[in-house]
Amino acid sequence: MHVTSPVREPLIQGGKTYADVTEDICRHVEGSPTKEWKIAFGISLIVLAYGSVCLAWTWWEGLGVWGLNKTVGWAWDITNFVWWVGIGHAGTLISAILLLFRQKWRTSINRAAEAMTIFAVICAASFILMHMGRPWMAYWALPLPNAFGSLWVNFNSPLVWDVFAISTYFSVSLVFWYIGLIPDLATIRDRATSKVSRFMYGTFAMGWDGSAKTWARYEYISLILAGLSTPLVLSVHTIVSMDFATSVIPGWHTTIFPPYFVAGAIFSGFAMVQNLMLITRVVYRLEDYITLEHIETMNKVITLTGSVVGVAYITEFFIAWYSGVEYEYYAFFNRMTGPYWWAYWAMMTCNVISPQLFWSRKLRRSITFTFFISVVVNIGMWFERFVIIVTSLHRDYLPSSWTMFSPTRYDIGDYIFSFGLFFTLFLLFSKYLPVVNMAEVKAVIRSTSANLPQKIAGVAKVRQRGTAEPVYNKDKE
Amino acid sequence: MAELSGKYLVGVYDDDDTVLHAVPRLRKAGVKIKEVYSPFPIHGLDEALGHPRTRIGIAAFMFGVTGCCTALTMMIWMMGIDWPMIVGGKDPISIPNYIPITFELTVLFTAFGMVITFFISNGLGPGTHFHPRFDVRSTDNKFVMAIDLGRNSMSIEDISRALKDSGAEEVNIKQF
Repeated sequence: MHVTSPVREPLIQGGKTYADVTEDICRHVEGSPTKEWKIAFGISLIVLAYGSVCLAWTWWEGLGVWGLNKTVGWAWDITNFVWWVGIGHAGTLISAILLLFRQKWRTSINRAAEAMTIFAVICAASFILMHMGRPWMAYWALPLPNAFGSLWVNFNSPLVWDVFAISTYFSVSLVFWYIGLIPDLATIRDRATSKVSRFMYGTFAMGWDGSAKTWARYEYISLILAGLSTPLVLSVHTIVSMDFATSVIPGWHTTIFPPYFVAGAIFSGFAMVQNLMLITRVVYRLEDYITLEHIETMNKVITLTGSVVGVAYITEFFIAWYSGVEYEYYAFFNRMTGPYWWAYWAMMTCNVISPQLFWSRKLRRSITFTFFISVVVNIGMWFERFVIIVTSLHRDYLPSSWTMFSPTRYDIGDYIFSFGLFFTLFLLFSKYLPVVNMAEVKAVIRSTSANLPQKIAGVAKVRQRGTAEPVYNKDKE
Repeated sequence: MAELSGKYLVGVYDDDDTVLHAVPRLRKAGVKIKEVYSPFPIHGLDEALGHPRTRIGIAAFMFGVTGCCTALTMMIWMMGIDWPMIVGGKDPISIPNYIPITFELTVLFTAFGMVITFFISNGLGPGTHFHPRFDVRSTDNKFVMAIDLGRNSMSIEDISRALKDSGAEEVNIKQF
């Protein structure tokens, strides 16, 4: 028997039946796009178009159009790359680590969070290609003999590790996400009224029938994929941090980087999930599925990881002083009081102080405040990467080469490109695919729902209002 | 019973608990159940139906070992044998530096190998979108039990009655 613990708050509100879940989620996929969606999509296409022009010019003219100079050789490109990859950590954390921990609240948000992960990693990858300057040479990073001579890539280099880590992470996340989508695509296929959508969803559902044998294997591989993705997600940002930590630049050369970067990644990723979910739940009327309980739980994760990040900042600073290495000390002192002091203090305020406000239950459960803090956290995490990269480089060992970095319009335009790409992809996803994992929500509804109806499988309430006829009546022989 | 081949009795249940309890009851009564189709996984249903435990984990392990060996062989051969390269004063074959890529390729091979095995073993794949279905509601809110009449020696009436008794709200006949 299924038993609900009375101390837990219900995760699904509104006394949903299984048919209600199908109806509520499929409605957005099956209906024609709303006006709001069209406007949002139009805006993101315009943003993407502007960004694409800037990017095209960057590639046509070369990296000289950026504000880089001989001292600051990495700036916004790598800042944006690390920022997007960090954001891309939340989805797999939610779907993999929380699956292993048997956290049922993940079921309402994992689909959208994983989609966000995939799109964020695409944006991150676009900055890798951008900063190569000649993206048509990108295959040189693969283990092929260099210029097809006989020299191979250097497997001791974290940059090569990164190529493997990011591409593995992207493809495994994509597969994990797709496997979770198949049962829901089958649901849409079986409800589809038009030939086109039946064919499209049917093709991608791959003939899913939901037999007990298939489900048993599905659950098994979900568990193994979760087990694999958990160390994978930690390894990716660890390797990203090693791009810095294995160098000899003061401010980068620290052993604390891997855990510090991973915590920061989860921190910013959850903030981005909050931003997207708070909008999605209102636009798609999913308040019964993504409840205050979900928002509060995610805020707790933000506070935890934000505290880890705060401790890491302070530890790093302490060690810079305590180690007695004058260059290391100078790098950190310069961050705090040098010409980029504003970036450092923006980072400290946004990342260390703001998540601590969530200790108040009232603020943690306030939707407006949560949205505000999530934006603040993402700004703070962008500044963190900017501080690490630019302020460590701009004053190197030779005072005559000390300089400042200022972005050109192409630095900014290429960053805008990634936003256009991200929101275009996310809007397409939220229109054409179910934003909540229906099968998983149905599986937990009995143990986590409020006002559970006597017959959970009952007919959807929406149909009683006379909107849509149940499709399956037409299937009778 | 040649006339019964391809003929199925389809019991439609409206609750996951009911169908889970119906399966052992029906099997005890001598009904041979082909399969139960449900909109979400029901824990314990595959065992109740007598399906053997999936061996996909063994396949996953094999793919993982393959990935691990591929990665190590590739790096040792490229950096240590084909063009020995000393970077940062390290030995050309320095295993600790190979750990990240070895790990990544192990995960990559396991994930893809396991998913391909999953598709093949379930007969899933592009182009199979006209899969025979017993009841289209089984991906929405119903739990559908299929009984192959060609493989059962009991009469249709007896099986129908047993299905109704076990809580099925509808019993239909499907011919393929």
